[in-house]
Amino acid sequence: MSDQDFVRRLPGAAAMAGRGRLVRIRLDPLLLAALLAIIGFGLIVLYSVVGGDQALFTNQLVRMGLALVAMVVAAQLDPRLYLRWAPFVYAGGLLLLVLVLVMGVRVKGSQRWLDFPGLPRFQPSELMKIAVPMMVAWYLHERPLPPSLKDIAVALVIVAVPAGCIVLQPDLGTGILVAGAGLAVMVLAGIYWRWIAYAAAAVAVAAPGLWYLLQDYQRQRILTLFDPESDPLGAGWNIIQSKTAIGSGGLYGKGLLEGTQSHLEFLPEAQTDFIIAVIGEELGFVGVLFLLGLYMVVIGRGLYIATQAQNTFQRLLAGSLTLIFFVYAFVNIAMVSGLLPVVGVPLPLVSYGGTSAITLLASFGIIMAVRPQRAW
Amino acid sequence: MALFVVATVLVMILVGRLVQLQIFEYAKYRTRSDENRIQVEPLAPPRGLIYDRHGVLLADNRPQLSLSIVRERVSDFDALVGELRALIDISDGDLADFGRRLERRRRPYEPVALKLVLSEDEQAVLAVNRHRLKGVEVTRQLVRNYPFDSLFSHAVGSVRRVSEQDLQYLDPVRYSATKFVGRRGVERFYENSLHGEVGYRRVETDAHGRVRRELEVNRPTAGQNITLHLDSRLQIAASAALGQRRGVVVALDTRSGGVLAMVSNPGYDPNAFVLGMSSQQFASLSQSRDTPLFNRAISGQYAPGSIFKPVVGLAGLASGAVTWEDEIDDPGYFQLPGQSRIYRDWNWSQSNTGGQGITNLRRAIYRSSNVFFYDLATRLEVDELAAFAAQFGYGHKSAVDIADASEGLLPTRSWKLEVKGEPWYPGDSVNLGVGQGDLLVTPLQLATVAAVFANRGARVRPRMLLASDRPLSEFDPPRPLPRVQGPSADDWEQMVDAMEDVVHRGNQGYGNNGTAWAYIGRDIGYRMAGKSGTAQVVEIKQGEEYDEEELDEYRRKHAWFIAFAPADDPVIALAVLVENGGAGSSVAGPVAREVLDAYILPQLAAR
Repeated sequence: MSDQDFVRRLPGAAAMAGRGRLVRIRLDPLLLAALLAIIGFGLIVLYSVVGGDQALFTNQLVRMGLALVAMVVAAQLDPRLYLRWAPFVYAGGLLLLVLVLVMGVRVKGSQRWLDFPGLPRFQPSELMKIAVPMMVAWYLHERPLPPSLKDIAVALVIVAVPAGCIVLQPDLGTGILVAGAGLAVMVLAGIYWRWIAYAAAAVAVAAPGLWYLLQDYQRQRILTLFDPESDPLGAGWNIIQSKTAIGSGGLYGKGLLEGTQSHLEFLPEAQTDFIIAVIGEELGFVGVLFLLGLYMVVIGRGLYIATQAQNTFQRLLAGSLTLIFFVYAFVNIAMVSGLLPVVGVPLPLVSYGGTSAITLLASFGIIMAVRPQRAW
Repeated sequence: MALFVVATVLVMILVGRLVQLQIFEYAKYRTRSDENRIQVEPLAPPRGLIYDRHGVLLADNRPQLSLSIVRERVSDFDALVGELRALIDISDGDLADFGRRLERRRRPYEPVALKLVLSEDEQAVLAVNRHRLKGVEVTRQLVRNYPFDSLFSHAVGSVRRVSEQDLQYLDPVRYSATKFVGRRGVERFYENSLHGEVGYRRVETDAHGRVRRELEVNRPTAGQNITLHLDSRLQIAASAALGQRRGVVVALDTRSGGVLAMVSNPGYDPNAFVLGMSSQQFASLSQSRDTPLFNRAISGQYAPGSIFKPVVGLAGLASGAVTWEDEIDDPGYFQLPGQSRIYRDWNWSQSNTGGQGITNLRRAIYRSSNVFFYDLATRLEVDELAAFAAQFGYGHKSAVDIADASEGLLPTRSWKLEVKGEPWYPGDSVNLGVGQGDLLVTPLQLATVAAVFANRGARVRPRMLLASDRPLSEFDPPRPLPRVQGPSADDWEQMVDAMEDVVHRGNQGYGNNGTAWAYIGRDIGYRMAGKSGTAQVVEIKQGEEYDEEELDEYRRKHAWFIAFAPADDPVIALAVLVENGGAGSSVAGPVAREVLDAYILPQLAAR
């Protein structure tokens, strides 16, 4: 496919303009509905968690509004712009990451934020969650697919440099997610499964070496995963309490505002990373299942849009952004329920916190922009 | 498409995990979640109050502020102690005690006492700085209070802080919130009833151990209030009569045996055990030569001296060894046939070698002739005398509800053979006749003896408890004691008359007055019967003169007096001991008179 094809179809799009406002302003109704449902669900749960703290709830409401605006704006842009801007966004992001390492603001032992006068404090690593897959897609979109070993090597460098910078902050969680986003593009590009298998084998062999590179607290998190009871008041506390919260919710939960684990502060980070435990406790198995269902709708729709994309770049970009969203949700829930080590990954669109919501909804804007107008 | 399948599979893994946690292991996590938040806090029952016979509070409870630390909430203990010390006084002893308490078995997040007694000022300072003192709690609890301080220390006893050893025999559930346990006296004997039943409350706590909500309260049952025979006015009079002297006053209600007053000097302030005292303070109490922690009234064992004579006299009458008419010539000393050893009369001295002259039993009592009883005792079989004396309470415990009372010692032939490995010598009988030798009694026993004379042979058991709202588990109504067997009614009356002479026989000329008349009998307004006693503490060698001035204070003779009044219809009987006080009549007699006056005169005035 080429840009020419796209131009040719424009009249068709104009012809369909009358089918509805949403289409005219280029939004995907199904995706939008599912996203709004998740956001609404998340706000309800957040309201329960923060209890009387109106300020916190209002903050989140405003952030979600901003994020939705970002999504709408991103959806209106011509997808060709993303292709053209990809290298610049990537290079700019990389520059900011270096700046973070040099002059970033240090909070809780890691240096993740940039604080320019007159601008709100922001986290450049969030930008890279979109910039990296965009850049990898840009690099691969004109090359023969499945990619050659040399192309894969170049793509790996594109991924590794920013991911490395982020890990140095140190922010292992985001680093892995950024790397995952880049790798997702490669997988979508049709990389041979056996190469993935080889890589996995290599990682397994290198694992003992990696062990020494991890920080103490990171090692502790992995050890805790296998035996949380070994340190019930220290590192194991979080995971024991989150499992207890989820388990004690049972089938239907204790009811909104009735979760003892979260309201009595047994559950740490209840409104941020561990919010799924609150859902499990207050709304039970049914509540979690409902949220998982919404996530599956979003992912299914995202992947469908990717398959309908008009060129390789768009397909890779939309696909990888959807995959990243899935990885977020999966890693968070697996971590809180004790299947994966505790890494700082919020539950997408539900956890309290603005930056990731803006990144996520912006990426869905891009996916919607990619959506061919004739589809549907 | 393949990716969607992969995603679906991964989601199914999550769903599987949720099914495991929320459905299969639901019960486990539900329990764990409840255990997390629900704590059961025991609630200490208020200790039962102790009243005297007129409803005066002898022991009650008052609120006490103390400073506790929730160790789990304190990350840097040393820094916290530094901050606290800048605000209030915390001694090294407090810290050492805190360390020991921390070692004991306890629930997580249970506050551990650091400073037991906080003043209101200290509490105010802490309240102002509360935000800086995480994990510090000021708690208010009810503690024992003894309004009369040391006055009733030996009569009512005291509580002490529950120790690790106590926890080995106390019911751990019942005492889970209890900080003090009855240690001495009534507090100890009626511990079970005074303690009450522990309550609890189930509370919801957050992860920091703070109580958020009360889920259920099961109030503790207060301990039983008890009323004692003690009469606080009489106790005050008895204490005042003794003054600073070491000694004892035990007064009994003659009809019931109820203890009306029990003073053992010196006493101690039982409140000190509640507030806590330093180890030096405790050492000075427990190691003092004056033994303030020792209850002389029930545990002190002394020779009764001449107090024993009326018992010997009645034994002689009962056995026929003597009659009221029999007379001897008392030359001032006594010798056993064929022995050179001389047993002297009490008033013998180098300058006065004469005796009491012609003496019958009555004169032998009011003049307290030693020679008469030396002679009489040698004519009595010792085991019969002992058996007779035992009926008065000698040599065994007859008290109903007095723990730790001593038995005293009533020597017999078999006792001497067993313990001393010697046969009974006639000289032992001579000594026993005047209440010396191996015979030992407690002041409580002598008060009981006085009550038996007052009742003309009817025996009573000393008792503390007068009344309680409900029957007490500790109180097992004892069998009533039989009357003293042997003497006739006339013997009892004559003996009481002889004991009245001790106090009232006066103006008869030198050597013919009752021994106590000059000291207490001149101006008495009611009939009082009594007997003096002067007990040797150290043996006086043959040929030596007892010189009070030269003897170390603690080796001087003990002064005894027993009495009851009014003689015809007695209501009170007592025993007075003044340790190392000297002569019974002149030293202990006035104490007895003062106490009896305090009890009898208001009753006479009321009539």
